[in-house]
Amino acid sequence: MITIRYFGSLKETIGRSNEALSVVESLTVLDVWHGVNVDFPLAENILTAVNMDYVARSHVVNDGDEVAFFPPVTGG
Amino acid sequence: MTIKICEVAFEPFAEIQTFQNTLALSGKFGATSIFIGTLRDFNDGNDVQAMTLEHYDGMTQKQLAKIVAAANSKWQILDCLIVHRVGDILPNEPIVLVAVWSAHRGEAFEACRYLMEELKANAPFWKLEQLATNEKRWVSKI
Repeated sequence: MITIRYFGSLKETIGRSNEALSVVESLTVLDVWHGVNVDFPLAENILTAVNMDYVARSHVVNDGDEVAFFPPVTGG
Repeated sequence: MTIKICEVAFEPFAEIQTFQNTLALSGKFGATSIFIGTLRDFNDGNDVQAMTLEHYDGMTQKQLAKIVAAANSKWQILDCLIVHRVGDILPNEPIVLVAVWSAHRGEAFEACRYLMEELKANAPFWKLEQLATNEKRWVSKI
């Protein structure tokens, strides 16, 4: 099972903050997005992280990973 | 090296004093560089009455630790303190504190600037402004 998390304005846009996805095959971060967001394309500016480290969308996820999607950060 | 995420208002100068009192660096540091970021009551041409700072708990601390480690590899830092607010914030309240202690001013200035810029670029925080009109607006990166 993969845990998926959303933050910032993206969380409001898609109306969820987290969900889970069963892994039955090798999936990239982009595959994970499309697996749960059929109606929303992954916008160019959205950042992606796995297990709290930034990764590319082509990064392959493993069972038990936490995958996060969020807009550009605005702290400080 | 200390990283703190604060859910309530903090007083940056008290944080600095308290932290410095714990340092076993008496006589060793000749420079302390400090940056404090504070919430304005205006942004992008609008009056701002409040802000909510969201973050990705866990990733925030992990990314800040990486940034501190990178700064340590670049400069001779004796110690540093990062404090960042989350939750509901009012104008005039501090958002972020970065303080660096080193032997000489060059390292302190440069490392403090680096930590702050890297924090803004990589630490997963998001600002939701509440305007004077009560409209809510996510701050976007320019």
